[in-house]
Amino acid sequence: MTTKLFGEPVRRREDPRLLTGRGRYLDDLGRDALAAAFVRSPHAHAVIRDIDVSAALDVDGLVAIYTWEDLPDRLAEPLPLLIPHPALTHGRTAYPLARDRVRHVGEPVVMVVARDRYVAEDACALIRVDYELLKPVVGVEEAAQSAQLVHDDVPGNVGAHMVQEVPSAGGLDVREVIEDAPHTLAFRLDIERSASTPLEGRGVYARWDADDSSLRVYSSTQTSTSVRMAVAAKLGLPLPKVEVIAPDVGGGFGVKIVHPWPEEVLLPWAAMLLDREVKWTEDRREHFVSSAHERAQVQFVRVGFDDDGRVLGLEVSILHDHGAYTPYGIIVPIITSTQLPGPYKIGSYRVEFSSVYTNTVQVTPYRGAGRPQAVFCMERTMDRIADHLGLDRTAVRAVNFIQPEEFPYDQGLIFQDGRPLIYDSGDYPESLRMLKELIGWDSFPAEKERAAAEGRRIGIGIGCYVEGTGVGPYEGGHVQVTSDGRVHVSTGLTSQGQGHETAFAQIAAAELGVPLERVSVVTGDTRRFGYAVGTFASRAAVMSGNAIALACRKVREKALRIAADALEADPRDLEITDGMVHVAGTPGAAIPLATVAVLSNPLRYAFDEEAARATQFAGASSFDKPPVPEGDEPGLEGRDYYSPIRSTFASGMHAAIVETDPLTAEIRILRYAVVHDCGNLINPMIVEGQIHGGVAQGVGGALYERMVYDGHGQLLNASFMDFLMPYATEVPHVETAHLQTPSPLNPLGIKGAGEAGVIPVSAVIASAVEDAEGIAIDKMPISPSELFDLRRAAS
Amino acid sequence: MKPPPFDYHAPRSVAEALDVLAAEGERAKVLAGGQSLIPLLNMRLAAPGHLVDINRLTELAGVEAEPDGVRIGALARHAEVERSEPAAAAQPLLRQALRLVAHPVVRNRGTVVGSLVHADPAAELPAVLTLLGGSVRLARRGGPGTPAAGVSVSPEVPAGGSLTVRDVPAGDFFTGPLESAAGPGELAVSAFFPALPPRSGTAFREVARRHGDYALAGVAALVVLDDDLRITSAAVACVSAGPVPLLVEVTGECGHRPPASAGWAGAARAVQDRAEPEDDIHATAGYRRHLVGVLAERALRDAAREALNG
Ligand SMILES: Cc1cc2nc3c(=O)[nH]c(=O)nc-3n(C[C@H](O)[C@H](O)[C@H](O)COP(=O)(O)OP(=O)(O)OC[C@H]3O[C@@H](n4cnc5c(N)ncnc54)[C@H](O)[C@@H]3O)c2cc1C
Repeated sequence: MTTKLFGEPVRRREDPRLLTGRGRYLDDLGRDALAAAFVRSPHAHAVIRDIDVSAALDVDGLVAIYTWEDLPDRLAEPLPLLIPHPALTHGRTAYPLARDRVRHVGEPVVMVVARDRYVAEDACALIRVDYELLKPVVGVEEAAQSAQLVHDDVPGNVGAHMVQEVPSAGGLDVREVIEDAPHTLAFRLDIERSASTPLEGRGVYARWDADDSSLRVYSSTQTSTSVRMAVAAKLGLPLPKVEVIAPDVGGGFGVKIVHPWPEEVLLPWAAMLLDREVKWTEDRREHFVSSAHERAQVQFVRVGFDDDGRVLGLEVSILHDHGAYTPYGIIVPIITSTQLPGPYKIGSYRVEFSSVYTNTVQVTPYRGAGRPQAVFCMERTMDRIADHLGLDRTAVRAVNFIQPEEFPYDQGLIFQDGRPLIYDSGDYPESLRMLKELIGWDSFPAEKERAAAEGRRIGIGIGCYVEGTGVGPYEGGHVQVTSDGRVHVSTGLTSQGQGHETAFAQIAAAELGVPLERVSVVTGDTRRFGYAVGTFASRAAVMSGNAIALACRKVREKALRIAADALEADPRDLEITDGMVHVAGTPGAAIPLATVAVLSNPLRYAFDEEAARATQFAGASSFDKPPVPEGDEPGLEGRDYYSPIRSTFASGMHAAIVETDPLTAEIRILRYAVVHDCGNLINPMIVEGQIHGGVAQGVGGALYERMVYDGHGQLLNASFMDFLMPYATEVPHVETAHLQTPSPLNPLGIKGAGEAGVIPVSAVIASAVEDAEGIAIDKMPISPSELFDLRRAAS
Repeated sequence: MKPPPFDYHAPRSVAEALDVLAAEGERAKVLAGGQSLIPLLNMRLAAPGHLVDINRLTELAGVEAEPDGVRIGALARHAEVERSEPAAAAQPLLRQALRLVAHPVVRNRGTVVGSLVHADPAAELPAVLTLLGGSVRLARRGGPGTPAAGVSVSPEVPAGGSLTVRDVPAGDFFTGPLESAAGPGELAVSAFFPALPPRSGTAFREVARRHGDYALAGVAALVVLDDDLRITSAAVACVSAGPVPLLVEVTGECGHRPPASAGWAGAARAVQDRAEPEDDIHATAGYRRHLVGVLAERALRDAAREALNG
């Protein structure tokens, strides 16, 4: 790191553009494109008997109507199962348009293309689909018990069943350990559904160039490279003839990593068939019923522990709601079951999950991706142990912590990437010390007493987590210095507002020794970088950040080599600051990086004065070597990849103080404190922003949001009027402290931070409400109405 | 989420608006702030053939505070009324309630009269109108041909010709959930909120899931004292407690006593007993009923405090 840019709270360079309406989101593109709209199933479970489009045919402005029967070969197949896993014995995915069966309200049945979206929706309203209703399966427990099947060929509605067990050091299995433990507890926990709910929904805009036989697709996606491969494969196009671009994306939070969505293959297909541009912008109701949800689980816990609260054996059995399909495999329940031990040394651990199908929207990762459920389970367990033994809740946690000298720490489990779950670094005792200080843990009992004297109820809660971030397989970076001295950075993964334009530029500027203003960053555009995985799992900074740093190091090495030639110096004596390569300690002996870029590219043609310096008669090169030496390439650019051996494990601890109204049962968060450790910080301001946003979503999950399905599988609150996302008025001020335990696994020593904020919030709020009320909280989210009912039941 | 086709009318005068409404009858809907109607259209829950946009009828934008009360024109936005000092001086309950209606951006567009005609039992303003015994003025073409004595619609509407104007008292105006006395062809031109009597106070208390949401339960209270500062009249109106705003007279329960020793708890119980809340996805009926009691007591105490201070 040559310049003090890495680690600085640089203001986000994209914000002026994004905040003043100059962002370029999907719906800002393709103003003249035809519009697509979909007839979606109004029923949770039905057989399609007939589709009658005749009434729609007279609609003025109608262009085309498509049903499953119109789809060619590969489009008529079910969509890909993206992450197969041996335990997912009965993976099922949907057809792009329903074939003969619909399995949730919102499943696409007919696609209409028309002059504009108004007309398309008018036509949709006139299409009659004849359904034969089947009994819907709603809720995990019904799925597990019901004779009714979501998929006829999936017995018991069980898509996957998986067990992982880590026996005790003495080789005893968990059940034996729990039997013999001095204390045991058994209980059930419930978490409800929520969803990513990005402000911008999904959207696809496809342009077919018939003369060039090439396709350009814009998609509001978290992975443009993979959408590209899927589209090429589904439409039978040569990969080089397909470009996919993620424009500005108004949030993803996981839902946009799923791909190809039906619309992502149907729109390009229609654009080719009609030889017209076609666009579809998802509306809010569609997003609620036709994208993806997450979180719902029922957990059965048995725990055995000693007098100090040390967990000797933990057995967790999880019923995971997978909704109607499993396009993203069983990543969510795998993460729940493997991240459950958190920062603790669990004496012995057995976890089992059944992932069941229901006639509801499919479940795929949403920020946190199974971890909020895991942390809820583990942290509720810690609180129960403390309560049972009459110990301080933080003391029970501390006695179970993995100690700083015990890293790397092998949890003995297999993580979501199929690799061993080995923590690389961390300092949990220090994190707890910082958190207790930040929130004033030790002085809280006195505060609580004072409040009680005034007739107020307050409570404090805590939650700890460890998060595997930066999963592989790889990301790449490309860095090019052009002859104007500008630095162009590109990486294949996409951005959804995380501040990549700033953070990646900071890395490049620091590595290359150039001013930040000279660096520009492009993400998610397959024209610029074709190889990538995507932006999810808190991986962008770790993966692309390190790849860009490595690419910069290549460029720097080459720049120093060329400059050394020009300055007749030893490359080892050179450094780059402010875009100038100079001999350390020798004022005047310097050459701008721009000139180095000119010299790096031997030219025949001069188009300006700078370029003239690199032409063949300028005497820039010696005549006994070819202009481009063997093994070298023209240009001052570099490309490199970062592929980690395994994930790097960030961690954090949150605490909250809540107040509950003794009469109205309203719950208010008075204070919220976060200690966060994501290794070296590229930009602390961006990390704090990520934490704030995460906590806001966590507060939503803890106190407001739920997907309310009725017995018929109808989603009763599929709008922002009734799905209660917290407003700014509901989100507390977040007090943050950073701990930096560098990761030994990557060159920059960083860990992911994107999901962190959301992970422990439900656990923390449950802990605080429980403390305020003295009533066990084992279901989240919790509303005032529910707290009122709990009070009634307790009295 | 696009509305079905409709014809759009943008009349330049009240007379023109009334003509269109008369011509289209049942098929027409008035578009005021659009904060309730546009979502209904986009969700295709309403499909009027004609929209009559009254946003150009600036003659209906007035907020006039008179000694006897505040008359609010059909184009006056929530925000204007909320900010009006004369209105707040004449009837403080207006501002107290409006601060609980949605958020500033919604209040910048939404109209007070639109909220009354929309007649959502969870909305604050219908409860306010009911508690204060206000009225809504409706105009339409046809009928006897002369406006009711002393009733002016707007300077632009010719008083002669075929025009019927009626003032409908709050008690008759709200006829059911999302149903009001405003019929086809009728334009609500203004609403009247009586002024606060001397030695009296008001308050609005509610519990909403999020700040600015429609309330799970809410209570507006009006307490009037006599010269000895004893309670002579106390009443509340509740939102989300039945199909229309629920007006409960609790003077008897409070007793002819000074506020410090009034029977607030009994009054609250009486209100609770009359409430008919329903279960929904946000709260149970039982919890709402409980809230009505808690809020009624809090609102009555607040109103009494205001009365003593005022
Ligand atoms: C996010 C959000 C939150 C909200 N929260 C609240 C809340 O907490 N409390 C609350 O009370 N309201 C709330 N509202 C509703 C808001 O107050 C609306 O403004 C109000 O209900 C309707 O007023 P409007 O002028 O927008 O009417 P519009 O939406 O234009 O019309 C509503 C209905 O009234 C009819 N109408 C309107 N004006 C007239 C007229 N002059 N003559 C005849 N018919 C007429 C229309 O035809 C239509 O049927 C909220 C709205 C939103 C979008």
